Amino acid sequence: MTTPPPPATPRAAHPPATPGPATTPPDTHRTALPHSAAVHLATAPQPSDARRGAVARGPGGRRAMTAHAAIAAEMGGRGRVVLSTLRSAPPLTLRQTGPERVHLVATAAGPLGGDRLRLDVRVGPGARLEVASVASTLVLPGRGESVMVVEAHVEAGGRLVFTPEPTVLAAGCRHRMVVRLTLAAGASAVWREEIVFGRYGEAPGRCHSRFDAVHDGRPLLRQEFVVGDPAVDGSPAVYGDARCVGSVLFAGDEPRPLAAEVGEGRAVLPLAGPGTLVSALAPDAVRLRERLALPAPDGP
Amino acid sequence: MNASLLLLADSRLPAGGHAHSGGAERAVATGAVRDEHDLAAFLHGRLTTTGRVAASLAAASCALATTLLPDATPAGGPASGGGEAGWTALDAEADARTASPAQRAAARTQGRLLLRVARRIWPSPVLDGLALAVPSPHHPVALGAVAAVAGCPPRDAALAAAYHSVTGPATAAVRLLGLDPVAVHRLLATLSDTLDAIAGTAAASPHPDPTPPEGSPSEAPDVWAALPAHAAPALDLLAEQHVRATTRLFVS
Repeated sequence: MTTPPPPATPRAAHPPATPGPATTPPDTHRTALPHSAAVHLATAPQPSDARRGAVARGPGGRRAMTAHAAIAAEMGGRGRVVLSTLRSAPPLTLRQTGPERVHLVATAAGPLGGDRLRLDVRVGPGARLEVASVASTLVLPGRGESVMVVEAHVEAGGRLVFTPEPTVLAAGCRHRMVVRLTLAAGASAVWREEIVFGRYGEAPGRCHSRFDAVHDGRPLLRQEFVVGDPAVDGSPAVYGDARCVGSVLFAGDEPRPLAAEVGEGRAVLPLAGPGTLVSALAPDAVRLRERLALPAPDGP
Repeated sequence: MNASLLLLADSRLPAGGHAHSGGAERAVATGAVRDEHDLAAFLHGRLTTTGRVAASLAAASCALATTLLPDATPAGGPASGGGEAGWTALDAEADARTASPAQRAAARTQGRLLLRVARRIWPSPVLDGLALAVPSPHHPVALGAVAAVAGCPPRDAALAAAYHSVTGPATAAVRLLGLDPVAVHRLLATLSDTLDAIAGTAAASPHPDPTPPEGSPSEAPDVWAALPAHAAPALDLLAEQHVRATTRLFVS
């Protein structure tokens, strides 16, 4: 056998040199992943070369991909944030776009059916990190289900702002999204999630998203969105006539306590634990973003 | 099925359930529910989201309570009741699945009233223990505990919780819209397969060892963390609008 066995831990190949000021040091950081009963589809053993992972060819004209990207932000000297890990794994390509900011750049269509994508984010004690994306994510059909897992840990005094562009569910897609956000005591996070039910005039494919936020060992917010069953989507109890659903979670030690409020298609919901959820429904992505914004000038 | 389930699920149980419409009143007021057809969609959506979550929590609560029942305690073991860490953790799981403060308040009011009447109907140290740990538990947590004390298995508790999630709104809609009560009961009858399926799945979920690991009493066991958490954003909006409404017939 000339092929080496796959490594024991999930590991994606290092990407080609990433443009921009980011450095990709040797992969010294390895996030410890708690094994909850939630799905762990993306942690299945992966081939050593992410781009060689699977065989299914989807309508996007490419094969299904298995990818595991990672970001870690730590406090360096002189009070500066250092990205100790910035590991792209196509199609999840990461670019540092500011001292404390990383953009996710999709370098392939999709996700599409069969893709197994995972992003680990770690914010060390006292560090700050903002993660955004340059464009919305269009989920396409393919062979089987596509899976996107984001596992984020924020240590004490750390602050993570995770505000990607919307996920758009193209007709026929079958998508699973899993977010696990773990905050230490004294950590904070702002997390936005937006789901668009199909492109303009298009019936959405199927999507099941699950979001679990835990703060200081206690559950803060657990919510699942299921999209794609017309009998449920159109229910006046669930999404009604909306075409988009979204929320922004302000978790942990946020400086501004938000008062409960309700307006057209949106509500500001103080949670039982330390956090507030802004929840919105809207006919389109533009209005969804407007409804998720806070009245304060420094809203998300 | 244990006959006590009939008492528990009966709307005539004097536990205040009739005062809640589960968002139906506001849905009618805003025009989101105007007729039988809308109501059918409302109930189906409510059942598969909030109802599913309530059923799972009730089954988990029933399983926890069953381990705390006097005859489940080994001779010479600790006095029955107790379970404080478990009740607190399970109630926190219900909180994490209820983003709307108005819905949390409604769930806790109904849970407190149910627990109060149940402690007189089915006196048990298990219910005393729950009331001590969480004086106003979320309704499904209270319902699961009461079901266990009344002799029902987790599946029955789940069924009662899922049923409760649709019968209140259905009855309220009859009154608010002047719908034909027989037609609305026909709607409820068409949901029975879904009710059974949800209760079956909820009861099949793994339930934790009742004794949490030493040193981490505040952490919910992973099996509770994985319980369903289906959100119903429209219900959240309706609930928040409703508590701010000046004229209302129902509390929620």
